[in-house]
Amino acid sequence: MVTYKLPHKEFNEALKSGKLMGFKCNSCGAYTCPPKINCNECASMDMEVVEFKGRAEIKSYTIIRVSPEGFESEVPYIVALAQLEEGPNLVGNLVGVDPDKVTDEIIGIKVKIGWKPAPPEVKYCGPIGKDGKIKPEMVAITFSLM
Amino acid sequence: MRKVCVAGVGMTKFGKSEKSSIEMFAEAAMEAIIGSNIKPSDIQCLYLGNVFGDFEEGQALMAPYAAREIGLSVGTPSLRFEGACASASMAIRDAFVAVAGGFYDVVLAGGTERELAMGTPLATRTFNMATEQYYEGMTGLTFPGVFAILSRLYSKKYGIPLSKLKERMAMVAVKNHKNGAKNPLAQFRKEITVEEVLSGPMIAEPLQLLDCCPFTDGAAAIIITTEEKAKKMVEKPVYILGVGQGSGAPLYRQKDFTLIESRVAAAKTAYAMAGIEPKDIDVAEVHDCFTTAEIVATECLGFFDFGTASEAVEKGETQIGGRIPINPSGGLKSKGHPIGATGAAQAYEIVKQVRGEFVERGTQVEGAKIGLTDTLGGDSGVICNIIYGIKG
Repeated sequence: MVTYKLPHKEFNEALKSGKLMGFKCNSCGAYTCPPKINCNECASMDMEVVEFKGRAEIKSYTIIRVSPEGFESEVPYIVALAQLEEGPNLVGNLVGVDPDKVTDEIIGIKVKIGWKPAPPEVKYCGPIGKDGKIKPEMVAITFSLM
Repeated sequence: MRKVCVAGVGMTKFGKSEKSSIEMFAEAAMEAIIGSNIKPSDIQCLYLGNVFGDFEEGQALMAPYAAREIGLSVGTPSLRFEGACASASMAIRDAFVAVAGGFYDVVLAGGTERELAMGTPLATRTFNMATEQYYEGMTGLTFPGVFAILSRLYSKKYGIPLSKLKERMAMVAVKNHKNGAKNPLAQFRKEITVEEVLSGPMIAEPLQLLDCCPFTDGAAAIIITTEEKAKKMVEKPVYILGVGQGSGAPLYRQKDFTLIESRVAAAKTAYAMAGIEPKDIDVAEVHDCFTTAEIVATECLGFFDFGTASEAVEKGETQIGGRIPINPSGGLKSKGHPIGATGAAQAYEIVKQVRGEFVERGTQVEGAKIGLTDTLGGDSGVICNIIYGIKG
């Protein structure tokens, strides 16, 4: 039997307690985050769950002006691509920065990884509760300036 | 492996339709069947691309209903293909595999989609479902957003100032609208200017409204068969010379999203099977869901060196009459993008291009013998490339 070492639920619980978790591969030394069943570089399953430093650098971003249903109250918001110090990339919302004032100078800036709950109006995603609403474990990764 | 050909092709007008997904597909399918000079009962399998039927009209299980709608016999298997925007190309590729391998002789492949009925917020949400949901989707990332992120990465990597890149991106939209204006089946038959693109509403910075393809209703279908049967069905059978498909990881796992690895791999497979090189392609229908998407695609497909495709657009190399005409149909941008049908509509265009049928329309690529389709699903999760060619 194969057991998934760090399913999204555990990853998100750790994230909510301020810890960014992922894997370090014992075969090739590469880091994998968000989690997957085997190493993102060499596909080895010989990986250890480790806490990441939780710091990244902004590589690119966009300001969403037309949102999916359920995200209307967030508009405008910034979605960014950032590279963790350990190597992997994450996609997250850049928070604490005014979307109407952000410029390309943000590219290269160091950020801290955090989280925010998914908007409660979002439907049809992740594990859906009996009330038809998404369960609170659905979160968005966030980036905030250090 | 047997040689595989396309016989008839069919397609609805793209745009807003009051017809159901199955009704639209029935129109496209019957056009392909009639054009192949066969009967519905000659078809041995249906491969149907459809992505959001469940959300669009509460209709699941579309494949068997579509099969019986058009009179396929009760013993005919029918399968739904879901590969986001690449669904119909996946269906065509699998039809090729089944015919090449000898399991079927005649397969109907295509797709159908009704997006406009959903309205922009729900349509944007359903499209967002094709991003990875657990670690990416809850940021509210949209597909314009994905290609907006790509645009900035591209600008930075190749040292092309964003204002310059945006101008060249606008030229992609202008070119595709110029072609689409001549296509009676296109959603937007209207030429636009660079100034209009650059003054449009912002959707996901730096992408503006006219950098983005529209939501569209439509269907398309093609008959895929053996060389032997195709020669009996039609005067000009079109060969499927090569196919390639790749699987890409979510955006956050892409090391360099400007170099879409799944596309490079899929194209390499298709070129190798066809025994040709990118320079041998005379015409291509490329996945221009956003203006930057076309620029990056033409580099991954080997038409231009990495970092040079936007300059090639500016020089007119992708125009009809240019070095490698891209999207003579108007592309997704002007023709429209009913995602379950798009790959089959690209096939419709390329098949007719290599048959030389667009002279009257004014969009014929002169002397086109070999054409390629390129379809992308999600943030590169699916890439499917198919090479079509005609003898002589």
